[in-house]
Amino acid sequence: MSYIEKSGKTVDDAVDSALAELNVSLNEVEIEIIEEPSKGLFGFIGVKPARVRVKVKETVARQARDILSKIMKIMKLEVDIDLVEKDEKVLINIKGPDLGILIGKRGETLDALQYLVNLSANKNVEKRKRIFIDIEGYRKRREDTLKKLAYKLADKARQRGRNVILEPMNSMERRIIHTALQGRDDIYTFSEGEEPYRKIIIAPKK
Amino acid sequence: MKELVETLAKALVDHPEMVTVDMIEREKSCVIELRVAQDDMGKVIGKQGKIARAIRTVVKAAATKERKKVTVEII
Repeated sequence: MSYIEKSGKTVDDAVDSALAELNVSLNEVEIEIIEEPSKGLFGFIGVKPARVRVKVKETVARQARDILSKIMKIMKLEVDIDLVEKDEKVLINIKGPDLGILIGKRGETLDALQYLVNLSANKNVEKRKRIFIDIEGYRKRREDTLKKLAYKLADKARQRGRNVILEPMNSMERRIIHTALQGRDDIYTFSEGEEPYRKIIIAPKK
Repeated sequence: MKELVETLAKALVDHPEMVTVDMIEREKSCVIELRVAQDDMGKVIGKQGKIARAIRTVVKAAATKERKKVTVEII
């Protein structure tokens, strides 16, 4: 954990200069007052500045960014990491050239990366936050593709009057499909099998 | 590659100082051996090997750049 010590005329002065140096805002730090200022006698004997120790709080978002930048550096990938922190979750968007390698087949690598970052950034924190990582809008594109696929296969199930079995998918992708088809009254969906081979079945209603 | 396994492992365990990684290189492949403290084993393997699988997936992706087959063994 990184911290610095600063002194100033008042406690506030000392804290302000520490925040400026660390380039963070007040709610991102923990402050410890090492010494209260003293005006001294007649303002010149025993004048003591305020001394504070300012420590940057380890937040989930901060730890996530740290671990991600380390990984990117090792993989020699030039990226920008955009990070939005909300109450319950942290949204991360990675941008840069040639990130296909980081997405992998059907987002396999991206999911693995997201899983590992979730585990490590939520270690030793009071309040856990879910971290969602996207790369160059991949997840949005994938969601659109899955929805289109869902509509197409739902029509097929209805027309043929038979169950349509989809490829194995992870829980996030399955949820997208279940949700997309929820409103339909001609078919219904359910999942079958054990992770990681669990798959959706679209069945016509009779 | 060795560095990547080390970084991932250290980020996951409670005793990062106990993490050691060795790499055995062959012509077209290499084996990376990861060792962690006994009570950290679960942290790098996970339920039904879920964490170990994720580590292997990320490492495999990194290795495709170098056109090498990499196996990660947890010992």
